[in-house]
Amino acid sequence: MEQLMADLKKQIIEALNLKHLKPEDIGDEQSLFVEGLGLDSIDALELIVLLQQQYNIKMANPQDGPQIFKSVKTMAEYIRANQPV
Amino acid sequence: MFYISRYSRITNRLLVDQGKVIYGKEEGTLDDFLAGAFASLSVAYPKFYKMDHLSQLGFLAMEVLARESQVKQRYAPEQIALILSNAHASMDTDKVYFKSTKTMASPALFVYTLTNIVTGELCIRHGIKGENAFFVFPQFDSKQLCDYVDMVLANEKTQACVAGWVDVIGDQHDVFLYLVEKQNRNNALEHRAEQLQKLYQLKYGTVDGRS
Repeated sequence: MEQLMADLKKQIIEALNLKHLKPEDIGDEQSLFVEGLGLDSIDALELIVLLQQQYNIKMANPQDGPQIFKSVKTMAEYIRANQPV
Repeated sequence: MFYISRYSRITNRLLVDQGKVIYGKEEGTLDDFLAGAFASLSVAYPKFYKMDHLSQLGFLAMEVLARESQVKQRYAPEQIALILSNAHASMDTDKVYFKSTKTMASPALFVYTLTNIVTGELCIRHGIKGENAFFVFPQFDSKQLCDYVDMVLANEKTQACVAGWVDVIGDQHDVFLYLVEKQNRNNALEHRAEQLQKLYQLKYGTVDGRS
């Protein structure tokens, strides 16, 4: 889980062009949107693409986005539960 | 008659404010230059890193212009117009986006595949709510730009206008922004096509004086 979260932080920085941040700047449970990292709706789309590209996961229900993309930890938990074997 | 009270320029990896080179970086990529120029301005605006090259160039030139002219402090948002132009539209990002569609299309790239996104970015950053337009010309066209800006300023509401040229394709970049006002402040230059052409064609040495 720790390694997955570390990988995710690097991938989020790369995918969302957050060049002003380092992986260690992102807390495991820090909110990704609004008051946290300040991501927006376009970033949410990029996160969906990231899940598909890096983990081969297609989100079945986009309505679940806010819960899945709450933090790096919730993303990692979702990947663990849904990644194809 | 209207007056050019301030201008900024980005050419050959030099950021120029009112004729003075304030940042330059010859080595590295265009990305390196843009990031370095942004850092040199000490501005806290993380969204800069997400912008495409066209918007980043417009952002930097506008940041210098707005900061030094204090245009936002002197006019209401509705009184400031923004009229831009270039030759390559959003082709630079269009190409990158097209490449991304071969694997998985990037939404973050897609949003920059329009020229007037740079206009929107500048309006959001500086709270500008006046008239705006973006023209595509074969090359910098001082006559067309001058005529259109004069027309916009003839409107009673508009008191100032930021106008100019923001162009990029690959590593080639060319930016010239200027502020035109109805009031003549500090012996500003007259807003005429010949004057614009003259300012646009000025050549600059490097930041440390080497040519």
